Amino acid sequence: MLRYSPFTALLVLAVPVLCGLAGTLLPAFGYLPALGGTSFSVQPFDTLFMQTGIWRSIAQSFFIGLTSTALAVILVAGFVAAWYGTRLFKKVQYLVSPLLSVPHAAAAFGFAFMIAPSGFFARLFSPWLTGWERPLDLLIVNDQLGLALIAGLVVKEVPFLLLVTLAALPQISAIKFSHLTQSLGYGRMAGFLLSTWPPVYRQIRLPIFAVIAYASANVDMAIILGPATPHTLPVRLVGWMNDPDLKMRFMACAGACVQILVTGFALLVWTLIERVTGVVSRKLAAKGNRYTRDWGVRVTASVLMTTSALIVFGGLLVLALWSVSGLWQFPNTLPNNLSLKNWMRALPGLSGPLVTTIIIGGASVAISIIITLACLVREQQTGRSGGNRALWLLYLPLLVPQIGFLFGLQLFLLSVNAIASWTALIFAHVVFVLPYVFLSLSAPWRAFDKRYDSIGAALGASNWRIFWHIRAPMLLRAILAACAVGFAVSIGQYLPTLLIGAGRFPTITTEAVALGSGGNRRIIGIYAFMQMMLPFVGFLLASILPALIFRNRRGITGF
Amino acid sequence: MIKKLGLSAAIGVASLSLTSHALGDSSSQIWDMVVKEAEGQTVYWNAWGGSTQINDYIAWVGENLEDEYDIEVVHVKLDDTANAVSAVVAEKAAGKDENGSIDLIWINGENFASMKRQGLLYGPDWTQNLPNWQYVDVENKPTITTDFTIPTDGMESPWGMAKLVFFHDSARTSPEEMPDSADELLKWAAENPGRFSYPQPPDFIGSSFLKQVLIEQVEDRSLLQQSADEVNFEEVSKPLFDYLDELHPNLWREAKAFPRDYPSMSQLLADGELDITFAFNPATASSAIANDELPDTVRSFTFSEGTLGNTHFVAIPYNANAKAGALVLANFLISPEAQLRKQDPAFWGDPTVLAMGKLSEEQADAFNKLDLGVATLRPDELGPALDEPHPSWMTKIEEKWLARYGAAN
Repeated sequence: MLRYSPFTALLVLAVPVLCGLAGTLLPAFGYLPALGGTSFSVQPFDTLFMQTGIWRSIAQSFFIGLTSTALAVILVAGFVAAWYGTRLFKKVQYLVSPLLSVPHAAAAFGFAFMIAPSGFFARLFSPWLTGWERPLDLLIVNDQLGLALIAGLVVKEVPFLLLVTLAALPQISAIKFSHLTQSLGYGRMAGFLLSTWPPVYRQIRLPIFAVIAYASANVDMAIILGPATPHTLPVRLVGWMNDPDLKMRFMACAGACVQILVTGFALLVWTLIERVTGVVSRKLAAKGNRYTRDWGVRVTASVLMTTSALIVFGGLLVLALWSVSGLWQFPNTLPNNLSLKNWMRALPGLSGPLVTTIIIGGASVAISIIITLACLVREQQTGRSGGNRALWLLYLPLLVPQIGFLFGLQLFLLSVNAIASWTALIFAHVVFVLPYVFLSLSAPWRAFDKRYDSIGAALGASNWRIFWHIRAPMLLRAILAACAVGFAVSIGQYLPTLLIGAGRFPTITTEAVALGSGGNRRIIGIYAFMQMMLPFVGFLLASILPALIFRNRRGITGF
Repeated sequence: MIKKLGLSAAIGVASLSLTSHALGDSSSQIWDMVVKEAEGQTVYWNAWGGSTQINDYIAWVGENLEDEYDIEVVHVKLDDTANAVSAVVAEKAAGKDENGSIDLIWINGENFASMKRQGLLYGPDWTQNLPNWQYVDVENKPTITTDFTIPTDGMESPWGMAKLVFFHDSARTSPEEMPDSADELLKWAAENPGRFSYPQPPDFIGSSFLKQVLIEQVEDRSLLQQSADEVNFEEVSKPLFDYLDELHPNLWREAKAFPRDYPSMSQLLADGELDITFAFNPATASSAIANDELPDTVRSFTFSEGTLGNTHFVAIPYNANAKAGALVLANFLISPEAQLRKQDPAFWGDPTVLAMGKLSEEQADAFNKLDLGVATLRPDELGPALDEPHPSWMTKIEEKWLARYGAAN
């Protein structure tokens, strides 16, 4: 059984992606017999490029994807360089980490509530400071350059990039590096960026690529914060895919292919930027300047980092406040009255989506953790990790824009009558959950001291027994943490749930985005709050359970 | 297996006989059969889900059907009814002529026209055989049998009446200043830049606003009753787009962004971002006041020359899986009980499709006693209702709007 586990992982990850890609590619060139497309042509691309503002939509996706990632990386690199190893760093790290589990849509809603002209910031300072009795007519959210969307993506991706950086740092002995550069007289930041950052960067490169892919092709955040005249390419694609005029689906698939190219091009440009930065930083290093006066930059880095975290937190708090607010007009900083009425009204409707969310999340996590454990055990037995190739495979679903293969997958499932089934939906989630579960668990698993296994084996325990009685208990904390990460990922999935579930499996996230379009902040508040709470409960369980299970074996919880 | 087959055959017979009276049974006997077959069915009802009030009402309907008929109602929340049409079209293309995923659609206008044209609807002539059809005001509400100039032919059952109504906050703007026509609105917007907008087409309400302007601006209104393909569309619609060209620089955010739908506009009215908003339901404001979403100083107004009026319906796709359940649901929706609750602004406030004269005295009394709320105009204050143009106008206007304003500068 175990020997097939890497193969199973391959099957579960690559097959849907490749099938989906094929399913997108064929209709893009006019071939989809079910809808009357029996011959190949470039007609879908012709119609695509005739759409109003299509080039602007394309340019926006590209520009937004690159800019937001670049800003997030700069912010993280700057902050880590400025403060790694200090007490402030620890504090900010604790502040930022929980934000990782906040679903994109909830973060976007919270962010919009903060920065809109009638949002919380404007209310805080009105009218006593600004003199605004009425909100200004300013295009902040949904602006045409996508600045609001870029800012929203930055604040959401920073926690993710910070955490992957943190995971990479100990492997480089960053502290020793920094002692070395400081004794050579380098400023803290310059020393870090010239010596430690390049090897760290190499380790976080794939996650950064995943961020670029997400940022250039995302739908849920772009609907809420992105430009509307016209929408970004991915948002328009979803609209076309749902158009009653079925001919539009050919065009939507052509658009999905263009989206893949846009993301690919963004990744290509990113690798060019990497080279340029590499050359520049080597030049700077060769010049030998010490850049000791970096205090101003260091303060800026910490202020920006803290602000970005506080904005998300603030947004979430404001969301929670809206969910219990009565009338709350501009420029009042707080609602006139509080009431639980909104919650009482929303609760009956919440239970269905809540159960669906938990079932899909639970099942996809269970499948993912079994496959992951099987792969890791197999790897341990054979001593082969699959190396870089396996890593790329894991990242495949995160690097190909979701929209690029989900359209094809949807059409494929429709034609075999499997659309909107639990099985299809759960496996669609596994495609995205498995990589995260594997990435979270593989590091602690591989770092586990193999001598425990040897002792077990020397005492005559079978592999099976070693797994159940030594590895699993001692790594329980890491296993549960990986499950919690996977659960959070599943909860956040918008597009797969919508497309593969055909709208018949409403989850907290699809409901939040659907209701969010209705602009009722109280309801958005409730759904976003639930969206936030679910992953939180997951992480809470993951940290409490080991302590409960091993309450009489204190030493074991140390892992 | 045999049992299963027998059941599905029975469903076919009962639902068919509802439209054809083929069996020679009396209609009440046939209805009893339908109700019996509907037992235990799950009805997937695809309906726009952007309003909490409406969602709550639909949930209440679901509870009633569960209790009275043992039918489970699942509200599939749509952000655009076109998505449901699209799903049925896709199923037909894939050859799925039975056990379709949708049992009932909240529908009217161009979506109905399109489904009817493509043969995607169950029927004709099932609506008038619903037991509660006896209460429906067919005589005085012509839009119940003619939906956007298209005869309904008993393929969609009326659910509620709609009338375009505008709202403003009397604490900020006085009623006298409020415009009384599209032309006055244009002038008002020029004097109050940034305080008016409409939901971005193809949102239903946004497109309806465009039609209101079109009707007011067009020289010969009778042209709009024909298909837009039969007339010179560019020429006839020119006054509308001239109007919009002039209006847009004075819209909220200079027309670079639009509210997503009418509930979003209510939020913007509460925030003081917009001064004039509108909806298709006269009780929208009262209902929002009751829910603490708008201040109690908000009031309604319409144009004295008339605003758009229409009816919204429910229809059953030709391949619906639970036709019997859908029929029972449609029948419940036009029951005096369900209609009364729907017209109550505490729940939704959507005007009834029933004729008071056809109800019992007690039932009619309950309707008359409804407190429609401070911000709701009485039926006699709503002004004349303008006829909806042929559905092709909406489609063409949306296309042209997108080409012209879809990429704002």
